[in-house]
Amino acid sequence: MFGIEVIILISSLRFRLEAENFSPISIYCEGSTCREMQKLGDFKLPHFFNYPPYFTLQPVRETREKQVQLWKELILDYCRTQKIFVIKLEEEFPLFSNSVIERTLSHEAREAFLSALAAEGRAEWLDKGHRSCLILWHRIQEWADIIVNFVKDNGFEDSVMTVEEIRFGIESRRTELHGIDRTILMRALKLLEQKGKLAIFKGTSTDDEGIKFSV
Amino acid sequence: MSNFFSKAEVTSSGRPVFLRNEVECHLLSGVDLEPEDHHHFSPLKSGIFILTTHRLLWLPSSSATTPTSASAIPLAAISHIFSSQKSLKSVFHSPRIRFQVLVSPDGRVFDPGSGSGSGFSSGSGSRSVVVTAVVRGKGDCDGFLVKFWDSWRTRAWESNETSGSGSGTGLASGSGAGTGTGGGLYSADGSVRMVGVAGILRKEQEMWESTDKSLQDAFQDLNALMSKAQEMVKLAEKMRQKLLSGTGSQTSGTNDEDMGSKEEIQDWLLSVGIISPVTKESAGALYHQQLSRQLADFVTTPLERAGGMINLIDAYCLFNRARGTELISPDDMLQACSLWEKFDVPVMLRKFDSGVMVIQNKSHSDEEVFARIKSLVTKPEALRNGISPTDAAMTLGIAPAMAKEHLLTAESKGLLCRDISPDGFRFYINLFPEIDPCNIYFVKDYGICSTWIKAVSTSG
Repeated sequence: MFGIEVIILISSLRFRLEAENFSPISIYCEGSTCREMQKLGDFKLPHFFNYPPYFTLQPVRETREKQVQLWKELILDYCRTQKIFVIKLEEEFPLFSNSVIERTLSHEAREAFLSALAAEGRAEWLDKGHRSCLILWHRIQEWADIIVNFVKDNGFEDSVMTVEEIRFGIESRRTELHGIDRTILMRALKLLEQKGKLAIFKGTSTDDEGIKFSV
Repeated sequence: MSNFFSKAEVTSSGRPVFLRNEVECHLLSGVDLEPEDHHHFSPLKSGIFILTTHRLLWLPSSSATTPTSASAIPLAAISHIFSSQKSLKSVFHSPRIRFQVLVSPDGRVFDPGSGSGSGFSSGSGSRSVVVTAVVRGKGDCDGFLVKFWDSWRTRAWESNETSGSGSGTGLASGSGAGTGTGGGLYSADGSVRMVGVAGILRKEQEMWESTDKSLQDAFQDLNALMSKAQEMVKLAEKMRQKLLSGTGSQTSGTNDEDMGSKEEIQDWLLSVGIISPVTKESAGALYHQQLSRQLADFVTTPLERAGGMINLIDAYCLFNRARGTELISPDDMLQACSLWEKFDVPVMLRKFDSGVMVIQNKSHSDEEVFARIKSLVTKPEALRNGISPTDAAMTLGIAPAMAKEHLLTAESKGLLCRDISPDGFRFYINLFPEIDPCNIYFVKDYGICSTWIKAVSTSG
């Protein structure tokens, strides 16, 4: 029986309004078998996160396919629960390292997994050099639906709101929209604009862009 | 008029047919041949002018409108070569080469091979004609002239007639010096006579000495080497002929010594890299066959010691060390190993994906090795830390390089996974197949995953 405490430094997150200090990773072992999963903050890690080959890009095709699949799921889950919208490859990302087994994903591996996500429309490269990746744990269409529901639930059908209000306003606190990445929000809004559900108009500054709903 | 020159034979692709021992020395293009006066021959225009060790050849260029045949002037017919005159006029003209050619009484170029010239001397009422070669094309005229002088002075055509005594190589059954008629060691002219056993020995000695000298001369001067090369080629040809005639004859009366020496000759030829044509019909050279069998016998002991598989390079080193002096080349080794397919030997050559080549027992089974690897990699220690090629080598009783090949093969079959880290290259049992991507937190109770988790968690 033992407990290990490890402190992780995070440096690549963009918006965390609900300021939260990450709690240390703890492994609890009770009895003769370890049943508690490792945690990364409040995110529960699967058992194979401690399996060293998981962090080495596998050459054998079948093994590689499985590995990629598992990483894709893990990345999406993690980003969804931690509300992470962008991953920058050259910066540290807590999910890509495991200090317990002392393994880190290589740049090549990171690019491989994120490209796999991009290939199925669950991510998008923000630059040609593949240094920055937008994570779409909801697809743009799904975000658009969430916005429509948000508008309907709160009776905003004919009103006007600013973009920032959608992102950080009191009403959005209870929804997934809260703290949404600006790029993703604008894409979803533009999609809805094309369908005629709203109109975007410019204000005096970018923060003041306004949305007139006609849902 | 075109009868002036000797005819030069030309191949179907327009190249001249050379005489025996004739070598091309220089070539100039765009050359006109002009006589000093026009009643000997009409000028030949714009052809290819070739200097060889025996003749001067003029070939019409392919764009010639009137079909003129190729012409030749034997160097033996040339009586004088004029040196190039440098004058003000020559600066503006195309360079010219002038030489004097002996003409036989019937108005043709004197042909030394025609038999009419034995005893023909240049002074007895023969005429000569000055021929000018005008070099209109680009070409090294001065270089040509130098070589022209060289070839003319070397008189290579004369050595043809005396080639019978030219083969000074000791291996052929040369005639050696003549036997004197009187008694005593020294003959009338003072040279040592070849008499009795001493004479035979001396004869042998002299032959070897002359061969030695011949070789020394050959290597000292590159030009001389070129001419000696002729002899070497002749020697090789002679060997070939001997071998061919030897196997061709069906006589059962051939004595064993002859056969033995023929094989020896074959061996010698092979040792200098000459593949004997006799052996093309059989399955590779006899040499390689024998080597192949010998190798198969030899390699069984090291194979046992190495656990059934040995690197080809290691086998090569061991084999050569065992042979001691008659070392074999890597090529020979490869040939010998590839011949195993044709015989029934208990060993085989195998090439892995990574390119590594090994010798292994035919009875070797990959499955058995995988079973042993699997049992090794599911031990608790290996579950926690994986195995390195060295670990596998110690357990399997084979060399680490071989062990690595096995591990890589097992990985490609999905049995193992690799882990690359600053600690090195290690392999773990493959857990991926058991993980369900739709339910990543679920662990089956009795699968390999739960065994792994147990092993990992109980580490101190």
